[in-house]
Amino acid sequence: MKYTSDGVKAFRNDAVAKVTGTAKYTDDYTMPGMLHAAPVYAPIASAKINGIDSAEAIQMPGVLAVFTAKDIPGNVVFGQIIKDYPTLALDRVRSTGDVLALVVANTREQAIAAIPSVKLNLEEIPALFDPELAMQPESPLLHPDHGSNVCNYHCVRTGDIEQGERDSDIIIEQEFKTSRAEHAYLEPESALCYLRPDGVMEVLGSMQHPFSTRRFVASTLGFQLKDVEVRTVPMGGGFGGKDDTAALVCARAALCAYLLKKPVKLTYNREWSMRESYKRHPYTLQYRMGLKKSGKIQFVKVRMVADGGAYCSVTPWVTWRSTVQCCGCYEVPNVHCDVYGVYTNNVFSGAFRGFGSPQVNFSIEQLVEIAAAKLGISESEFRRINMVHQDSVTITGQKLDTHTVSLKQAMDTVLNEVDYEAKLPLCSFGNKDADEWYGIGYAISYRGMSLGAEGTDFNSAIVNIQPDGSVLLETGIHENGQGSESAMILILAEELGIPQELIRYRFPSTSNIPDGGTTVASRGTILGGGATVKAAELVKQRICEGVETALGIKGCTYSKALVFNAEGKQVADYFSAIQMCYRKQIYPYAFGVFQAPRVSWDEHTGHGNAYFTWVYGCQAVELKVNPKTGQITLLNMLAAHDMGKAVNPAMLAGQFYGGMTMGAGYGLYEDTPLQDGNPQISNYHNYRVLRSTDLPEMTAYFIQNPDPNSPSKAKGIGEPTLELMAPAIANALYRATGVRFNSLPLAKGVQDYIKGQQQ
Amino acid sequence: MIITVNGTEHRIEPSIAEKSLALWLREDLMLTGTKIGCDIGVCGSCTVLVDGKALRSCKLKLKDVATKNVITIEGMSAADGTLHPIQQAFMDCGAIQCGFCTPGMVLSTYALLLENPAPTRAQARSAIKGNICRCTGYQQIIDAIMQAAQQMREG
Ligand code: FES
Ligand code: FES
Repeated sequence: MKYTSDGVKAFRNDAVAKVTGTAKYTDDYTMPGMLHAAPVYAPIASAKINGIDSAEAIQMPGVLAVFTAKDIPGNVVFGQIIKDYPTLALDRVRSTGDVLALVVANTREQAIAAIPSVKLNLEEIPALFDPELAMQPESPLLHPDHGSNVCNYHCVRTGDIEQGERDSDIIIEQEFKTSRAEHAYLEPESALCYLRPDGVMEVLGSMQHPFSTRRFVASTLGFQLKDVEVRTVPMGGGFGGKDDTAALVCARAALCAYLLKKPVKLTYNREWSMRESYKRHPYTLQYRMGLKKSGKIQFVKVRMVADGGAYCSVTPWVTWRSTVQCCGCYEVPNVHCDVYGVYTNNVFSGAFRGFGSPQVNFSIEQLVEIAAAKLGISESEFRRINMVHQDSVTITGQKLDTHTVSLKQAMDTVLNEVDYEAKLPLCSFGNKDADEWYGIGYAISYRGMSLGAEGTDFNSAIVNIQPDGSVLLETGIHENGQGSESAMILILAEELGIPQELIRYRFPSTSNIPDGGTTVASRGTILGGGATVKAAELVKQRICEGVETALGIKGCTYSKALVFNAEGKQVADYFSAIQMCYRKQIYPYAFGVFQAPRVSWDEHTGHGNAYFTWVYGCQAVELKVNPKTGQITLLNMLAAHDMGKAVNPAMLAGQFYGGMTMGAGYGLYEDTPLQDGNPQISNYHNYRVLRSTDLPEMTAYFIQNPDPNSPSKAKGIGEPTLELMAPAIANALYRATGVRFNSLPLAKGVQDYIKGQQQ
Repeated sequence: MIITVNGTEHRIEPSIAEKSLALWLREDLMLTGTKIGCDIGVCGSCTVLVDGKALRSCKLKLKDVATKNVITIEGMSAADGTLHPIQQAFMDCGAIQCGFCTPGMVLSTYALLLENPAPTRAQARSAIKGNICRCTGYQQIIDAIMQAAQQMREG
């Protein structure tokens, strides 16, 4: 179904506050007596810390304290997987994003002014900036406790790779490189913490994982989890990027607040944010693929090295997704895949919308086109021959038989709508006589939903119906700006058959509801929605119980805000049923839990049912290139994805457009060059994100095959929309210029190519 | 020195004439709807209206807007809370995700429509060129501008 905005009204529970400027983000809060903190960064990427002298800084106007790792009452290091990430660096510098001290002053300006007065006594030690070099056994170790600079390793061993080699008529090899992209959320990190009179450290922060933040803060302070309360306020974008770093910003503000017994705010400027926050992992991917003349893929051998930078963060999970999806959405009988996450002294890498799939898709969706060209068959025919279909078995041995496999449907939708075959002959292939080069390209993918075998996957929801029939709803999912609270409200409204205006999403806090895991991996709707449906089922039972007790009958059922007796006769409407519940002292309250269906994984073979369900998609792009300047103009962008069910169509379209845009920016321009490990970007003037005028009109197609694995029938869409535009653009650029560009960002490759031609 | 903000006059002491307009709005007037995304004049999230023109308040000092009329996002809706048609259109069209760019976008839209009540989609697209949105891909913001323009023309 093509999405059109005509007559659709978006629903967002937070829209009025955001459009009137009354929505309060972290930095918009102040408290009486509030102090301000500022970070002191390491000037070099690798050093021993011999001492930090704050005597001069402390004399600066307004400065009240300078804290270092020695002042931390709890653990200096923490981490979601490996505890290697220091709140403040203690004895060693591993990256220029390391914070060595915090200056606290009456005003932010005073704190910043005192930063240069903190004297750092550092002894430089040799740094490692190249992951291949870092992997060598003789290289010095970044984290001696870990025993290796290989942070993690994953593999897949399927079939018999040597047999695959023998069975192949043609073998192709290709290396791809991807870039270090910055999230560039519009709101920089911010935290405001204070120690409440009841002894609880209260944290307001711009972060996307309140429960993880709570663990970071509690660990730093040496507190129990019950003594830290993280309240979530509107957040100005996250995209996976407000996890570890954002949690540490909160932990640092909490540390100052704890030591000084005053409210402390730590708001980042853009430069600090870009210097310290983790990026998307740059990968090197070396592929070898064997083919039969008929077009069937015989084997894939691939080695991937991901630069994880100085700290582990979620590198093992990101690279795991790359491992599971290393062959893209294709059936491959023989697979040999090795994936390494590596420590270096570069700014570290972590979660970023897409989470290990954009790198793989960028490579594999070009590789299949290279293969098709070698075989002399069309790229679309080649994809149809090899793509997964209903009941296919994935390379990790998972049978795709629990949901509708709609990959072909997505691809056909996009190719028909863009009229792909008719436009192919118009492509320029670097025609010397043309004033501009035209190209069209597309890419397809499947994507495992939610965390899969990466982590525990369950969530809860509380539905608390008030005596007047209005409802307080709460789930363990965090609103990242994508509208997940609104989606939960709509799901509950539908389940109970009541107007959405009756439902309020309760101001969330980590002390109200059990840890629901992180709102990443496009798991908001599927996990939070699942828990909401479960809670709705339970609360309906409670309502029936109330009516049964009040009327002295049995066997009532609830449907669309009405209660029926055993004979099917209506005995109460919603409001009278709720009144009966309270009269009979039965709370219409429920706690619902959704546990994701079981998944499995064997680390040694790389086999298992990696994800409990999958989503399918296709995106296409038309563009032109100026043969003289290399300037690229996007002309048209389309996407089709199967998200199971469109819960909130206008917001869903927003996920499409936003994901396609971010994917196009990743494909064309986004990169963080480093100088001795230090990011050479500091703000939006030297980190190019797409602006309105860089974009064409976009079209979104919703494919809705309700997913039986999801109680709400919907699945996530935030990440699938991002992971395809870069390879689609690469394929279009090939048809425009006649050249394959195997490295991100693509615009740089095109520029370099044009310059080379002109010389 | 007097600055009028959302219809209210404020007397400015010379001692703070060099203060950034964005910070003054946020810290002194507690008008925190004006957001700071970059603080160097390239993201547009701090956009306010100064005598009808969309300007970046992080690049302005108070002395730059002396005697001028400033409108912030808080000044867009009516005193009784009724939303401005631009605000309503942003809500209806799904133009809001994280909302951090929204105040600046609304004010850039307002400046456009004051000057050109019947923009084309391409003109709407150009008008928000200086405003970065990392969430929406801009398309629904442009939808909102077109809808607001139509509603304002129709009164
Ligand atoms: S904060 Fe003023 S333009 Fe970005
Ligand atoms: S809605 Fe998030 S930056 Fe525009």
